[in-house]
Amino acid sequence: MALINFLKPKNQLEEGGRSSAPIQQDEGEPEKKCPNCHKDIPLSRLWANKLTCACGYHFRMKSRQRISMITDRDSFRELFSDIKSGNPLNFPGYKDKLTTVRNVSGEEEAVVCGTARIGKQNCCVFVMESSFMMGSMGSAVGEKITSIFEYATKNHMPVVGFTVSGGARMQEGLLSLMQMAKTSAAVKRHSDAGLLYIAVLTDPTTGGVTASFAMEADIILAEPGATVGFAGARVIVQTTRKSLPKEFQKAESMLEHGFIDGIAPRSGQKKLLSDILKMHNNNGGKA
Amino acid sequence: MSNSAYDKVKLARDSSRPTGLDYINNIFKNFIEMHGDRRYADDHAIVGGIASLNGSPATVIAIEKGHTAKERNYRNFGAPHPEGYRKALRLMKQAEKFGRPIICFIDTSGAYCGIEAEERGQGQAIAENLMEMTTLCVPIISILIGEGGSGGALALAVADRVWMLQNSVYSVISPEGCASILWKDSTKAAEAAASLKLSAEDAKNLGVIERIISETDIGKKEFYERIKLLLADEVEALSSDPDLIGKRYDRFRRIGADAKAALE
Repeated sequence: MALINFLKPKNQLEEGGRSSAPIQQDEGEPEKKCPNCHKDIPLSRLWANKLTCACGYHFRMKSRQRISMITDRDSFRELFSDIKSGNPLNFPGYKDKLTTVRNVSGEEEAVVCGTARIGKQNCCVFVMESSFMMGSMGSAVGEKITSIFEYATKNHMPVVGFTVSGGARMQEGLLSLMQMAKTSAAVKRHSDAGLLYIAVLTDPTTGGVTASFAMEADIILAEPGATVGFAGARVIVQTTRKSLPKEFQKAESMLEHGFIDGIAPRSGQKKLLSDILKMHNNNGGKA
Repeated sequence: MSNSAYDKVKLARDSSRPTGLDYINNIFKNFIEMHGDRRYADDHAIVGGIASLNGSPATVIAIEKGHTAKERNYRNFGAPHPEGYRKALRLMKQAEKFGRPIICFIDTSGAYCGIEAEERGQGQAIAENLMEMTTLCVPIISILIGEGGSGGALALAVADRVWMLQNSVYSVISPEGCASILWKDSTKAAEAAASLKLSAEDAKNLGVIERIISETDIGKKEFYERIKLLLADEVEALSSDPDLIGKRYDRFRRIGADAKAALE
């Protein structure tokens, strides 16, 4: 069966049906407007549905929320949390930006790494953080991703990674660019050791992250509607003066063009990941 | 704010500078061009083939911008499509098969930003080159001869040695793009250029390149002759290294690794 078919969320229709019925809710329960169908969703329901709307729209999610959604309860052990960026080029404004972003996001860097179990399958995980400078990759992100792949290679473990990124972090200049090569080298060693790497591309995965470890996985999945691409859409319009096709750089279009294995809605993500991990147990699940 | 970094960017972009084919034709003998990625098309922005370097066979790959308006159009201004990177990888794998060193000349403002380039997997093509180049078991030397624009340049620069011409630049983003994103003002490009640390000296100080090749106060013939000898010597030294791939890994592994010091 094609991956795309069994990835379709069973409950999407039910959810869709239910949403047309009047919503019972307490007076004044906070709501969030869906940018896709423009309906107001009560926050309690939004959370119950893993931050997705009944129309299928997937809201952005914090890395720690994702980890608790995907990994078995209390199984996550964080690694490399002390690796964080300084301001190696003394780039104007970067130091203050980092301070602000750390306060606002509650994270020290734009990726969280560690070991965990997904459906009882041991694995290494990395989850990027969109609220930290849009998941941009500087030295610390590159170092953490590289370190988790090296750890996985040493301990014969598969890697499950969630990407979200605007690309390389320009405030670290060439050092950021080099992280694309560094992470790719670590992914290659992991791959050459016969180990499994699954990437789940979430909205948006672009630039230098797309052009390195996001596209280097054995199995590449993407969340519905996620923007996945290399160059930014605005830059492409400016450069080419052409209007963009519908669904341009959307996960669904990436699937049509053959660059991802399937669309993985959140509702079935954990089961799908654990099923894939199980089927690679000979190579990947030894830890 | 100093203008010198931005002056360097302008110099690196100057259409009168030697292009990739000038280096190939002046440094190598018997260049035989090979075309196509065997998957979609032949990209004119990347030129590749086999040639003789100081008497020994080598695979040579160059991003070509062209000199005249007609040439620059034909070469897409040195902005490769995915098929260009795939052609380059095909030729590099062939070099590995036949035990020849790989020499790359890089000169691009970046991988092409276009609808078709995206739909044919620009990101995937670059990613695959980065990944595969890390374990090719023949020496790789890459020289930045003009603009080294981001991932589109790096896709030919996962090498054992990376050298830069004195007036070339290497950057994660164009100064204009950086200024436009950070300060919503592309006229602040000069400021961005200075902040990005994109000159050859900066790249050397950051440990990203091994050598700066001077390009002033030297005749044309001597200029190419000297690069030829530098390449031949380096190829010879790298060829006898039993740990070529391990050292290539370490070369990139240490960049930006200082954040880890607290951990050990």
